[in-house]
Amino acid sequence: MPKVTIYDTPMIDELENGEWPSFITAFKRLRDDHPDERINSMVGGLLGQLEHSYETRMGWWKGGTVSVFGYGGGIIPRFSEVAEHFPESKEFHTVRIQPPAGNFYTADILNQLADDWEKHGSGLQTFHGQTGNIMFIGSTTEQMQPFFDKLNSYGFDLGGAGPCVRTAMACVGGARCEHSCANEQGLMRHLVNEFQDDLHRPALPYKWKIKVSGCPNDCTNAIERADMAVIGIWRDEMKVDQEEVKTFVADKGRDYVIDNVTDRCPSNAIKLNDDNTLEVNNKECVRCMHCINVMTKALAPGDDTGVTILIGGKRTLKIGDMMGTVVAPFMKVDTMEEIEELVELTGEMIDFFAENALEHERTGEMIERIGLVNYLEGIGLELDPNMVSEPRQCSYVRMDGWDEEVKKWYDKKAEAATA
Amino acid sequence: MAAERPKMPIESGAPDGFQYMHPTMRRNFGLWKYHERPRPGVLKHVAHSGDEIYTIRVGTARILDVFTLREMTRIANELGDGFIRFTIRSNLEYMVDSEAKVAPMIEAIEKAGLIVGGTGPTITAPSHTQGWLHCDIPGSDASGVVKSMMDELIVEFKREEMPNRVHITTSCCQINCGGQGDIAINIQHTKPPKIAHDLVANACERPTIVARCPVAAIRPAMVDGKPTLEVDEKKCICCGACYPPCPPMLINDAVHTTLAIWVGGNHSNARGKPTFQKLVAAGIPNNPPRWPEATALVKRILKVYKEDAKDWERMNDWIERIGWFGFFEKTGLPFTKFHIDDWRGARNSLNASTHIHF
Repeated sequence: MPKVTIYDTPMIDELENGEWPSFITAFKRLRDDHPDERINSMVGGLLGQLEHSYETRMGWWKGGTVSVFGYGGGIIPRFSEVAEHFPESKEFHTVRIQPPAGNFYTADILNQLADDWEKHGSGLQTFHGQTGNIMFIGSTTEQMQPFFDKLNSYGFDLGGAGPCVRTAMACVGGARCEHSCANEQGLMRHLVNEFQDDLHRPALPYKWKIKVSGCPNDCTNAIERADMAVIGIWRDEMKVDQEEVKTFVADKGRDYVIDNVTDRCPSNAIKLNDDNTLEVNNKECVRCMHCINVMTKALAPGDDTGVTILIGGKRTLKIGDMMGTVVAPFMKVDTMEEIEELVELTGEMIDFFAENALEHERTGEMIERIGLVNYLEGIGLELDPNMVSEPRQCSYVRMDGWDEEVKKWYDKKAEAATA
Repeated sequence: MAAERPKMPIESGAPDGFQYMHPTMRRNFGLWKYHERPRPGVLKHVAHSGDEIYTIRVGTARILDVFTLREMTRIANELGDGFIRFTIRSNLEYMVDSEAKVAPMIEAIEKAGLIVGGTGPTITAPSHTQGWLHCDIPGSDASGVVKSMMDELIVEFKREEMPNRVHITTSCCQINCGGQGDIAINIQHTKPPKIAHDLVANACERPTIVARCPVAAIRPAMVDGKPTLEVDEKKCICCGACYPPCPPMLINDAVHTTLAIWVGGNHSNARGKPTFQKLVAAGIPNNPPRWPEATALVKRILKVYKEDAKDWERMNDWIERIGWFGFFEKTGLPFTKFHIDDWRGARNSLNASTHIHF
């Protein structure tokens, strides 16, 4: 039997009860059953410290500075403040690793990752953290470099931490979802892999997160939490298979369809006809996805697909939660040239953020401070009524450049008409 | 002998997901036609080509030990097609190309102590933070709160019986890394930081900390001849923003750090625009190891939602229909002066109409 200190853990032992999988049971397996004494001991210390937190209702980790050669961030250092009581886990750093786009793995690559982490770390990992990293949780400073080198040798790279471009996220997208309006995983990799220098060497005012969702259901929560939300959308007519509509109505009944499909349309753009077909007013449809979600066989997004870009989403710190808002209502991203344009635009936005945000200010807060117009002009984006819920409502504004702005609008319209 | 110089990293960034993708998904990329849910926890996607892919969704403890991970990969290799992905709520998904593989896999998954479910109108796996296990600024644990709560909500993970999907999140500080949710259980500090004055000068860049405060309540000071910071306790909103960059601003407190419950956050654009969650209850004791008071309140809200909401109504859609008057009436939760917002933009949250619920 390995000589491992077994700390008394009456409080967290309570979390072994109940049917939902228990992380405490998982920790104890590593402490008691793993063949490597280093892991038994380290996870034993972790259990001791966690019990101490439960007893004192306080956290006992502090940060520090640890990275790998050539990079500035990506590792979350944790040093115990109660190491004299639980010395086995006195260093318990997390390695953030960028996942494959769309979070796809083979069982074999997961086994490979587990084998390597077991050699260098605690044997604990999470797929994935809230930003989207694989988190390998718990090891010492000296194990960081060899573990990273090993993963780096077969195609994995460190994630972001600190004031930098962060690890990006894409939904399952075209790989399995019929709502997909963009090559989510391709876009995500084009966008984040172009800026790996800004990801690995934190030098921005604060974080810059990119999330790609393939349709307005926004399964990556991009609008709520990403500085840059890229959301798949279509601009032509949604597809309606009237035979499938009739089958759906026959199965569920007219009342169900009226209550759950047509009445829920936010812009009253859809109507159930007397002959049990659906009529869609595509000019008034706001592409919310609800009817398509309910009738996945009968309804589908159109073919002229692209992406909407919303900028400035973030969570509470410091001026409160903010949603991203539209800065580009529609961009085509079918060809490499079009994708390059989106990557260039992203570069412009990161540069503008780097030059104009205050320290520890997110893009959304910067736009709140300087106004959206200054942001759009700084980036070179064109105005569109889709950028607002409503125009200005207060007359206290200086407008002595009105005629020039009107001319710009008509010039742009004329240019679009001849294009 | 000189130590070997470490090699420069290969800045390969996010790996290509296609190399790890099920061949049926690769072959039909972007060419899917529709999906069905044959049973809770299982999705069936059908491509225009006629190809089918079955997905089995599995709830886990989120933090996985290598034994559990290897059991999951063993099931994938021996009974499935060897392919796995994870949802953003850390549910594991197996993809297989035939219906015949589904039932034996479910049997093996459940035998391994994992939970099949989380699809459609279920209470799916909560997204949560690290808490006492690994964070440097946590006011609470996350895994423990979630484990305790899911022990009681597990039936709703396994059955598709809610009006629409329910996303629960938890966060261990007021930055709220757990994200928006239909229900969020978040830390709420109730006292200003206690300042370890003798440590501030060495640990903190004082102008940065002064600038970090959302309400300008922090200013430089001298205590016992040492440079430090002081907090205007009348102005302080107890958010804890000063604590991460300056650990001597001790915000976490074994008694006064509490939990609050927020509802109605919705990421989707379906029906209405995305919404942020709103405060409904606070002052809930931060009570390890099983936080029974928090779970009880969440269950109380969920019970009313389940009984009262119509099909497809997310929490926010339901509340929009019954009104906040209806929400507080039906749940029996007290409405206090703290529910009325006074942050920037607060006026937009007031009722400037005669739209009144009776």
